[in-house]
Amino acid sequence: MSLMRVTSPHAHSGQSTSKVMLQVAAATVPGVLALVVFFGPGVLINIALCALTALGTEAAIMKLRGRPIAFYLKDYSALVTALLLGIALPPYCPWWIPVIGSVSAILLAKQLYGGMGYNPFNPAMVGYVVLLISFPVEMTRWVAPAELIQGMPGLGETFSLIFGNMNVDGFTRATPLEIVRHNQSTILAQLYEMEPMFNTGTVAGLGWEMANFGFLLGGLFLLFRRLITWHGPVAMLATLTLLSIVFYDGGSSLSEGSPLLHLFSGATMLGAFFIVTDPVSGCTSNKGRLIFGAGVGLLVFVIRAWGAYPDAVAFAVLLMNFAAPFIDNYTLPRTYGHKAARKATDLEEQ
Amino acid sequence: MATPNPSHNYREITHNGLWKNNPALVQLLGLCPLLAVTGSVVNAIGLGLATTAVLACSNLAVSLVRHQMPETVRLPASVMIIATFVTCAELLMKAFTYELYLVLGIFIPLIVTNCAILGRADAFASKNPVLPSLLDGLMMGVGFSAVLIVIGAVREIIGRGTLFSDMDLLLGPVAANWTLPILGQDYSGFLVAVLPPGAFLVAGLLIAAKNAIDAGIEQRRNAGVSVVSGSKRVRTTGKIQ
Repeated sequence: MSLMRVTSPHAHSGQSTSKVMLQVAAATVPGVLALVVFFGPGVLINIALCALTALGTEAAIMKLRGRPIAFYLKDYSALVTALLLGIALPPYCPWWIPVIGSVSAILLAKQLYGGMGYNPFNPAMVGYVVLLISFPVEMTRWVAPAELIQGMPGLGETFSLIFGNMNVDGFTRATPLEIVRHNQSTILAQLYEMEPMFNTGTVAGLGWEMANFGFLLGGLFLLFRRLITWHGPVAMLATLTLLSIVFYDGGSSLSEGSPLLHLFSGATMLGAFFIVTDPVSGCTSNKGRLIFGAGVGLLVFVIRAWGAYPDAVAFAVLLMNFAAPFIDNYTLPRTYGHKAARKATDLEEQ
Repeated sequence: MATPNPSHNYREITHNGLWKNNPALVQLLGLCPLLAVTGSVVNAIGLGLATTAVLACSNLAVSLVRHQMPETVRLPASVMIIATFVTCAELLMKAFTYELYLVLGIFIPLIVTNCAILGRADAFASKNPVLPSLLDGLMMGVGFSAVLIVIGAVREIIGRGTLFSDMDLLLGPVAANWTLPILGQDYSGFLVAVLPPGAFLVAGLLIAAKNAIDAGIEQRRNAGVSVVSGSKRVRTTGKIQ
């Protein structure tokens, strides 16, 4: 919802919320495909469960609030929230994880604040963080790429993993970021040689690098379609790269991982192109987006390197969501014919 | 002095403390302990009792010396009185419910800084006679404790699936087996409810519930008034529904 102060004439781009949302959904396809190829169809089940719950919750609340249900479901914003949450969740997690996550996302983060366009925090990331701090065990068990284990769970196994009480431990491995984090006694080159996760992959762990590459492609599509601007993603990725170069030190045992690992592992690309670019909870002006993205990149690196969690995109985005109104206040674009305002609150006082 | 004051009405004082001007739901005072120690019912009751005792005693004491306190030192004097009673409460809890004292930790001494207490001492007790002040302190304390206990119960049920766990910390060995496994023995717990965000969420939902109840009452009262026959309604535009 970018209410920028630009003067007429205005050219209409022919976009509507639902069109934008559908294109965002389409842009996730390469990344989701990569996830399915390497980690099995569990992510699709996550997305389906999230979508069902999110749409159900949205419809129920619209009914409670006495708003037209079909109108709000058809803007597909709940669907995109569910999609992003479903992608972020570990595949083959128990069914109640996506359900609780989507209810938290739609109910707590979106509708309690007034619904579409009013949420100060990214709903998908709120859902993810609620799950991460509530169910740390279930949320940190990522399945390994199929090549590294005896094969993906079969149909029956998938069913009992998600709806029964079969334990997913037989299919899981540490993620690349966790491996680097927990092996502070070997130099990185040795680690890359030893760990099957790295020696079967190229730069940032088998499967993970392809998924990130997929989301990068999707992000470029969004840029090409002008649904997002380059400022947020570029600022985030540049800050993350810069910091990881500074602290790389050539790959000693205490190194925090190579820049390529940081760029192509974890949720980096998904975060940069699909989360940081959220028009509602992010910053409004281009300068603001640069600061917002850089803040996310900084926090991601700080938490990955010295924090308590192996990945940090959700926490970083939520922390910057807090700061977004403040950043917006100080990055007001100058209106043509007017003097530059130092901050938005100055204008309100006039 | 002794100007006639509508707040001498005991019913109104009670209603104010418990509902209309509830420290936790309406004044939003004392949120720090409210959010920090309401992870379980026993913690909530413990802190609620201590706060209520301090509130009642400090209101009583402040009201007793209200004519001797010059305006300039009213706040510092009130704080000293409150600190005295908090120290008493702390020593009492240390003596009789030592385990609970350990669990509540810093939040017992921190009752001194609970703005609900200083707020009542300054806004009510320093202007009113002894008996209304005592009742006000008591009712404000009970209202505050009630909210603490409800939040504690909700967070304990959602977060751990139990109710009344560890009650023996407060009531001795009699209550050792009071734990009710409301959500079954193998409920794994929804941690966010026990963590600080859960406190904010539950407190927010309680405030919303109170406002909804008040709005409902208001609506019913108005509904009774507005359909009185013979009231003059002028049709301006559109259809009358």
